[in-house]
Amino acid sequence: MGTVTSARNASLAWLVLPALAFFVAFAVIPLLGIVVLSFCKWNGLGDISFAGLDSWRAVLGNPGLPHALWVTFLIMALSWLVQTPASILIGVFIAGHQRYRALLAVIYFVPLLLSSAAIAITYKALLDPNFGLGPGLHLDFLVQDWLGQGPLAVGVVVFAVSWQYVPFHSLVYQGGIRQIPKSMYEAAELDGAGRVRQFFSITLPQLKYTVITSSTLMVVGSLTFFDLIWVLTAGGPADATRSLALDMYITGFRGNQMGPASCIAVILVLVGLAIAQVLRRLGGSDASASQMEGA
Amino acid sequence: MTSTVTTQPPRSDQVRPGRVRFRGVRNRPNVLGALVSLLWLAVVVIPIYWIVITSFVDQNDYFTHNPLLPPSSPTLDNYRLVLENSFVQYFFNTAIVTIGAVVPAVLMSFMAAFAIVRGGGGRFLTGVNTLFLMGLAIPLQAVIIPVYLIIIRLQLYNTLVALILPSIAFAIPLTVLVLSNSVRDVPKELFESMRLDGCTEWGTMWRLAFPLTRPAIVTVTIYNGLIVWNNYLLPLILTDRPDRRTLPLGLAAFQGQYTVNIPAVLASVLLSTLPILTLYVIGRRQLLSGLTAGFSK
Repeated sequence: MGTVTSARNASLAWLVLPALAFFVAFAVIPLLGIVVLSFCKWNGLGDISFAGLDSWRAVLGNPGLPHALWVTFLIMALSWLVQTPASILIGVFIAGHQRYRALLAVIYFVPLLLSSAAIAITYKALLDPNFGLGPGLHLDFLVQDWLGQGPLAVGVVVFAVSWQYVPFHSLVYQGGIRQIPKSMYEAAELDGAGRVRQFFSITLPQLKYTVITSSTLMVVGSLTFFDLIWVLTAGGPADATRSLALDMYITGFRGNQMGPASCIAVILVLVGLAIAQVLRRLGGSDASASQMEGA
Repeated sequence: MTSTVTTQPPRSDQVRPGRVRFRGVRNRPNVLGALVSLLWLAVVVIPIYWIVITSFVDQNDYFTHNPLLPPSSPTLDNYRLVLENSFVQYFFNTAIVTIGAVVPAVLMSFMAAFAIVRGGGGRFLTGVNTLFLMGLAIPLQAVIIPVYLIIIRLQLYNTLVALILPSIAFAIPLTVLVLSNSVRDVPKELFESMRLDGCTEWGTMWRLAFPLTRPAIVTVTIYNGLIVWNNYLLPLILTDRPDRRTLPLGLAAFQGQYTVNIPAVLASVLLSTLPILTLYVIGRRQLLSGLTAGFSK
């Protein structure tokens, strides 16, 4: 039946054209565009002229690039380290079928509904050393210049990111855990394995692909954090939170140097692809490819 | 038979009996999981609770009252201030952009998904499908400079259309993926009987596939709506007129202007989120089960 259908339905191809046109015009061409623009000189308003390798020389020779890479890596690693254990533990917990745990999942999801701008604004207000929650409650440890000191500002970014995304990853793990066959746990129980042992011998290995999916989304997603950091710190203090995405924006749209900014954009895409590849290798099979969908 | 991306109940029914017996044996409760979950509940709830109650506090009382207690004399002044600062305009801009982007994006993606699943394994359709799959890896942030260039060359700078067009494009890959999985789950026999009844493929698409993939369509609509509603980067780059601002951008501008007036800033945060919260309350079940099924295998 398959061949009959395919012969008959070849004429359906035109149905993909509208979606294809939009996607090519505003995603594929711009992707090629950053490569082209990285060899050009453009201030964002006037004419575009060919500039050879000038932008690349400027970007690769600028100490700002390794710094931006380091900041990006730091935020990526720290937010992975905070989010993954928390998401797995919460995921295991809300995978239980008790009703109140379903209610918990509903509440956990709320931060994901807020825009990154709203979250950044809330934390800016909440952590304000003069007007925030700390002075209001007279809690001295909360009264700090959170966004005025480099390491603290990075910490705030990581916390706000986790606040926004841990719920989502918990749900991903919840789904993964519910698919582990119950018989495995029953067998382990007969063998006398306790809960901790079961977690490390069954749950964690069975979650391998879920861990890779979730980590890929976290890590690749963290490359493109922009709104949250920009509204929270604008890259400061003193470039302490100036990640690649912010570096690109500031260079291009504040410094009017679209050539170098396009080089940074190319680097951003390459870093993302490289990391996704590494994570896929860790998965050890192509099974992960189908699970990465959604990045 | 039909295992659409969004059906959960059958699965949990299968699981439940085993679970009861399993728990009945001699397992200690998951203390660590419960502790972390409770802790995280506090982490999530305290800021949200603080936003809600503080938005009703009179600015003059803000410094003297306990920030975690409800205000003794609640006021709506903060909301009034927010609404007087063109929030209604921001709201309509955001609504126009969201509806203008999500409806065409979902319809076009549905058509593409239908063609990819039903069009046979032709080279063109397979290639398009692969292109969309690879497109999942293109982040909007990285290609924003050429998008900006295209928009100014099309003379669309400072228009809401400028925000709509790229939003459609970047919604397409994931939407096509989810919807094609869902169309694939429609039993072949149904398509066959539509064909025998003399229904055209166009008719089959709207009268058979569309209703049967409705759960997935609701899921992607809510999901894309959330993304477009909350987008900050596109309006930041593609507009600079205050009357073209969308809510996230308006929020940031409002905070820049009223930094010290924290109750008003929080009222603006709450107001900008209210429509999405309402949508969530209505479509929660659909969204949660759809997302979990889509991401965890």
